[in-house]
Amino acid sequence: MKIPDLTELALRNLRESLLRNSLTTVGISVGVASLVAMLSLGIGLQQLFSRRLAKSGLFDTVLVTSRRDVRGMGRDRDDRDRTTPAESRVLDEAARQEIERLPNVLEAYPDIRFPTELRYDDKPHLTMISALPSSAKSNEAFEGMQGSFFSSDTAAEVILQKTFAEELVGKSPARGVDEVNVADLAKPLLGQQLTMLYSQRAPSSTPPLAPATGAGVSAGEDLIGASYSVVSRELKLKIVGICDQDPESMRGPTRGKVFLPLKLAQSLHVMQPTDLREVSRAGSDQPVYSSVSVRVKNPAQVQLVEDAVKKMGFGTFSILDASRGLQLVFRVLYAFLFIFGSLALIVSCIGIVNTLVMAILERRREIGIMKAIGASDGDVKKLFFAEAGAMGILGGIVGVVLGWAIGQLINFGTNIWLKSQSFPPEHFWAVPWWLVALAIGFSFLVSLVSGLYPAGRAARLDPVQALRYE
Amino acid sequence: MTTAPAVTSARGTLAVRIENLCRHYRMGETLIRAVDGVSVEIRAGEFVALLGSSGSGKSSVLNLIAGLDRPTSGSVVVQDRDLAKLSREELAKYRLHVVGMVFQSFNLIASMTLAENVELPLRFAEVDRSQRTDLARGALERVGLRARMDHRPSELSGGEQQRAALARALINRPQLLLADEPTGNLDSHTGIEIMDMVRRFNRELGMTVVMVTHERALAERYAQRMIFLADGKLIDDRTNNDRTIHDPMINDRTNSDRVGTAAVADLREPGGRP
Repeated sequence: MKIPDLTELALRNLRESLLRNSLTTVGISVGVASLVAMLSLGIGLQQLFSRRLAKSGLFDTVLVTSRRDVRGMGRDRDDRDRTTPAESRVLDEAARQEIERLPNVLEAYPDIRFPTELRYDDKPHLTMISALPSSAKSNEAFEGMQGSFFSSDTAAEVILQKTFAEELVGKSPARGVDEVNVADLAKPLLGQQLTMLYSQRAPSSTPPLAPATGAGVSAGEDLIGASYSVVSRELKLKIVGICDQDPESMRGPTRGKVFLPLKLAQSLHVMQPTDLREVSRAGSDQPVYSSVSVRVKNPAQVQLVEDAVKKMGFGTFSILDASRGLQLVFRVLYAFLFIFGSLALIVSCIGIVNTLVMAILERRREIGIMKAIGASDGDVKKLFFAEAGAMGILGGIVGVVLGWAIGQLINFGTNIWLKSQSFPPEHFWAVPWWLVALAIGFSFLVSLVSGLYPAGRAARLDPVQALRYE
Repeated sequence: MTTAPAVTSARGTLAVRIENLCRHYRMGETLIRAVDGVSVEIRAGEFVALLGSSGSGKSSVLNLIAGLDRPTSGSVVVQDRDLAKLSREELAKYRLHVVGMVFQSFNLIASMTLAENVELPLRFAEVDRSQRTDLARGALERVGLRARMDHRPSELSGGEQQRAALARALINRPQLLLADEPTGNLDSHTGIEIMDMVRRFNRELGMTVVMVTHERALAERYAQRMIFLADGKLIDDRTNNDRTIHDPMINDRTNSDRVGTAAVADLREPGGRP
């Protein structure tokens, strides 16, 4: 029989026992809906995480440190085994530029961070300052910030992290409220001036003093490194923004609470904590960076860049391994959601088998007639397959719509809850087209498999028995 | 389609050869010999009645000729095809193209209209839809049911249902028309209508007819040959000498007979088949 004829006959037969077939189809729909709901939740959550993580800048960033750095960030076991201090290099501007020229590297910028004193309202506040490149604007921490990002990379502007802003204003969370609202902090602070006190590393104009003999230092010592002066300075900065979240959460205790534009920070030549150590090693008076942040074009290339940087003689650190773990977690989550989602579909497949076996009993005579007038076993088999498939496709389509609707409803409800908890709304439910196709296809396939037994049974039916007078 | 062979078997050639045919069933401990060593030859164009009381094995023989059942031993050869040696698929093709069947209980599919019932064999033969509709319409017209083609079987009388069944049996132009008690569920007048129609197809198209009946009178009136079965064995095989072309029943045509004639004319007309 031709496919259009099969389809027509199958649909006609389904219409004949409308109630029973509808109920079976509803069963499939519920199964597909549960599958779609489970998987779209999984996909939605993964997308949400990916979105958040991409914005956090954690997964496309490699931190480069000099191996001589005693803090040794990212000095993993391999490094210790492989590298001797002799191979390690100074992390200076030349090295930074070299890193920036590596393939797949978007930018490499020095990590400028220093503890210093800020004066606001004539009161001193000690804090950690950190410099941000202009690309940091897309970081999720600045999403929904109060005020604006730096107007330029050299502007004398400053963005405060919420906890520091709280300190400036002297506010602490009201009783019964978990956190101070950032908007309340922004009102008195935005547009105000801060004064930053810092120590500048200025090129030395006078030759360094010769060590005084007899002052406890043995004679014969000579100047081996660069020399510079340290000058105390202050700079007026305008508060342009206050961010709620912490853009440098991965830095641990050294993360900044106050942020400056990168170019401005570089031009200040602020004395860095590492300078004192490096001064005896560096061959020039050029600044040496404690670490350089490298942004990679794509999180997938992080490993390549890390390897390249390591070859240059630096230590690296990234959260690639953490992301690998996360991917594994999502794979497992998918598998579980798929299994649980499929359970309902499998139950509904038993419904298909039941419905079709009932149909064979009811239509025994009809099958006998069809065989007597020339239907082959294959024709009968295909007809029952077509009926199972039609229920599968119909159930699949209705199920996808149902699953989507459930998702929308839950998304809507959760967002109302999120709003009540003063969180921004989120889409953690995604029904991509491939999932729609997969769900309908899977439903069709599973229905056909369910039709295997009934169709085979119908095909094997003995026409003489089937036609025997009742 | 339409690969269905036309009704062209030359009269007198062998249409069906049954040799030492046996069909045994096991029912619990007992062996039932439904057909037990029957041998018979049926010539093309013959109108044969299989007679016997119930349980005599006449329906079993018909089912074996129809290819609905397989013999335990012996053979049924139709047009040089030994049915016992055909695969299930080949048997289905044989039933589709060579055999037309009518039953006592009409066996129309209740959920389908007459037109759909009649065109069902054409669906199995994968005939195009447009051609199918034309053929079904033509077939129903031949049996005088054109006006009822969109009705369901339950809306028709027994005679009308049997006429529709006849239209369905003939739509693929079989060489062999097998009828299992075709008038069993009909009143005598309607039964005659149907039988007249069958006889027309037999006479004017040369279609071989094998009819199972327990009504001897009906057999004597229409069949050229009567084969008597009892306990699965052939007990008598006689030519019906009373059957002559001058039978008053033929000359005194009933209305349905005229319809039958028209139907035969349609079938014979070369252009009558799209």
